[in-house]
Amino acid sequence: MRFKTFTSPHMSPARSVNRVMRQVLYALVPGTVAMAWFFGWGVLVNVVLAVTVALAAEALMLMARRRPVKPFVTDLSAVVAGWLFALAVPPLTPWWITLIGVGFAIVVAKHLYGGLGYNPFNPAMVGYVAVVISFPREMTLWLPPSTLAEMAFSLPQTLQAIFLGQLPAGLTWDMITGATPLDRLQTELAMDRSLSDIQASPFFGAVAGRGWEWINLFFLLGGLWLIRRRVITWHVPVAMLGSLALISGLFWLINPEVYASPLFHLFSGAAILGAFFIATDPVSGSTTPMGRLVFGAGVGILAYVIRAWGGYAEGVAFAILLMNMMAPTIDHYTQPRVFGKTPARKEG
Amino acid sequence: MTSTPHKLWRFNGGLKLPDHKAESTQETVFKAPLAEYLTLPLRQHIGEMAQPVVKAGDKVYKGQIIARCDTYVGAHIHAPTSGRVRGIEEHPVPHPSGLTAPCVVIEVDGDEDWGEHRMPPIEDLQNLDPARLRHRVREGGLVGMGGAAFPSAVKLNPRPQQTIDTLVVNGAECEPYITCDDMLMRTRADAVIQGLLLVKRTLQPRQCLIGIEDNKPEALRAMTEALGGEENDNIRIVAVPSIYPAGGERQLIRVLTGREVPSEGLPADVGVVCHNVGTLANIYRAVIRGEPLISRIVTVTGSGVQRPRNLRVPFGTPISHLVAHAGGYSDDVERLIMGGPMMGFALASDQVPIIKGTNCILAAKGEEVDPPGPVMPCIRCGECVRVCPANLLPQQLYWFTRARDFDKAQDYSLFDCIECGCCAHVCPSNIPLVQFYRFAKNEIWSQEREKQEADAARVRHEMRQERLAREKREKAERMNRKKQALNDKPAENKASDTGSDPKKAAIQAALERAQAKKAAQGADTTPPDQGKPPSDTRTQEKTR
Repeated sequence: MRFKTFTSPHMSPARSVNRVMRQVLYALVPGTVAMAWFFGWGVLVNVVLAVTVALAAEALMLMARRRPVKPFVTDLSAVVAGWLFALAVPPLTPWWITLIGVGFAIVVAKHLYGGLGYNPFNPAMVGYVAVVISFPREMTLWLPPSTLAEMAFSLPQTLQAIFLGQLPAGLTWDMITGATPLDRLQTELAMDRSLSDIQASPFFGAVAGRGWEWINLFFLLGGLWLIRRRVITWHVPVAMLGSLALISGLFWLINPEVYASPLFHLFSGAAILGAFFIATDPVSGSTTPMGRLVFGAGVGILAYVIRAWGGYAEGVAFAILLMNMMAPTIDHYTQPRVFGKTPARKEG
Repeated sequence: MTSTPHKLWRFNGGLKLPDHKAESTQETVFKAPLAEYLTLPLRQHIGEMAQPVVKAGDKVYKGQIIARCDTYVGAHIHAPTSGRVRGIEEHPVPHPSGLTAPCVVIEVDGDEDWGEHRMPPIEDLQNLDPARLRHRVREGGLVGMGGAAFPSAVKLNPRPQQTIDTLVVNGAECEPYITCDDMLMRTRADAVIQGLLLVKRTLQPRQCLIGIEDNKPEALRAMTEALGGEENDNIRIVAVPSIYPAGGERQLIRVLTGREVPSEGLPADVGVVCHNVGTLANIYRAVIRGEPLISRIVTVTGSGVQRPRNLRVPFGTPISHLVAHAGGYSDDVERLIMGGPMMGFALASDQVPIIKGTNCILAAKGEEVDPPGPVMPCIRCGECVRVCPANLLPQQLYWFTRARDFDKAQDYSLFDCIECGCCAHVCPSNIPLVQFYRFAKNEIWSQEREKQEADAARVRHEMRQERLAREKREKAERMNRKKQALNDKPAENKASDTGSDPKKAAIQAALERAQAKKAAQGADTTPPDQGKPPSDTRTQEKTR
């Protein structure tokens, strides 16, 4: 009898790229729902829009590059990139900004560098940074967090705002939008107000801004689940949040009137989301266990430096892109000790 | 068991795999009936090929040596049963290439006649001389039963500067599906222990550690019982966690002793010798019963056969014969694997024979072995790093191999890869990583061979150039001397006897020239007709 031959190992593997990405998407759900609860329908509309654009751009680029479309579109990596972009932009971001940002992410940051597995930078963050730099005014138009029940916008009104730029009668953009806690902190610190004054406002919530602290808690839950399911390792989140807590704690101890507390830094902005979902992007990050610690620590420190002294209120996206650049070098210098390569340990 | 539990160490990564051992352990070891023909490949392991000492038409007896291999790393091949030699033929052999190789083919007569060829049993075991044991193991053609089939006598002969303080017995059998060691320990634990005691007497280690994975409680029990009164602190049976590849030699030594065998070294470098349980049982058979290595237990399993079981099989039996005695194939059998599912290789045909290193025949259905999807690009998830027992960076090795940057791959310790398959098993992109590493290793080996050949050619060329230059120089020197002599002579002649007979003068001049030539030759170290240095031909021969 004749048989087909294959190379070992012969046992069917249990994982696939699709499965990995699907689990990342599951883990994003609680945080996304919390975000929609506090910022309204816009969050969900953005997610749907960004994912649609991402899939369309992915399919077009695969066709243009003469690559098989089905396996790469169904690997869900474009969905993850689109979804993360949608979480990074304000809830009423005009549709054309999402189109440009996600298009840039998939076309330039991902496919012009070779597609899945070859992009040196995280595509979602490249897309986000591109629109932050290009459209600074639109990108700061966040809504004040409020529960969905007291939300001023219904779903049709949200769609109208995003796609047509029309607000319900009697409202203007200035009336409905506001800054994020990080933005407001930066602006008011620049006006020489003390931190205790600034944070006395109910806008800043219990630790890190009303709504934001809850959203980040749910992203944290999703992230912990990813570690449990072995989709990501603990190294990057622990190193990134640890270094962020450490450096912010240090300056907070030096001058608590100017430097916000570690808790504020951890639970505001994109620290949690970035630590578990973006800096852990395997393609653009470090891959050695020690390298991941260095990479994560670098992101945490750079994010803090940008937040405390940089021109932008939030620095996570920039920090991740900067560390993406360092990843190959970090990997080179953090190779693990190979079994049997140094003198064997003595019997204990 | 002894009072204090044995301390265990860990190696990086590894996998907890579904073990699929229950299928083939339902019934005891079955002695397979003889096949019509036995096909014995002359090369069954690394080292020199054995040379046949029988010819077509010869009558052979069971246990008779049919091919000898007297090099240090070599093992004889014996007739597994009596019969007549059909010939030394090219026949497909168990090798991933599917190519043919020279084999001795025996037409079985069914008499199982030992003739005079059973080795005399050694009775005085207490005074068994290590050299005698080694000789017996060598004469019996014993090789390691763990899969690599390394000649066993070599491992019983540590170099003088090495002290062996630990004998590790490998009964881990970590690969899924395979149960031949398990069944051996369950049914012949006494033979394993007796073999162990023989080796212990030879090597005189301070401790003997028998490592058995904890998913084999019956084997652990049988071995403990067989050890019985012999058990003391010198011999311990240790249940090791069932984490693939705990049965890898380096991994098991690490788990049991905490020692790491150096990257390019051998277990003896850290004072350890490791033998498989099957090898020990064979040493017992060779010494006590005088039987050379002519059969072994083979697991025939997988959902592709109707009746998975273990069979004791004479070497040379075709796999199709074995499968027939394991209930035959299932309807939708898709792949035939020699060895386990992680490290075994797929066979193109079931007409190849069982050899000394065959521990398992796995017939698998599609759903057991088919990858869930197409090969995708590496997403650098690092799961392979997590599971690599050699602590390598498989994703980087893959990257360098794809880029054909083999120097870089070697910098990242490519040759420390044991090809266990853990990385490929966890790869979400279904990349056949092990295949890439095998390719890289082979490329590097062939590059090294080419380089050696090129070096030899260069040396040869340089020596030739040197010789030609020397010959030219010597010729020029001779010419100069000749000229000198000619210039001097006529002047002398003129001075001594001017106006004499020109004929006489010519003869005189010729005589003098001859003398001068003789003198010049005497001054030369090498005669001109032997100008080609003898070393040149030697170099040429050596490089061929």
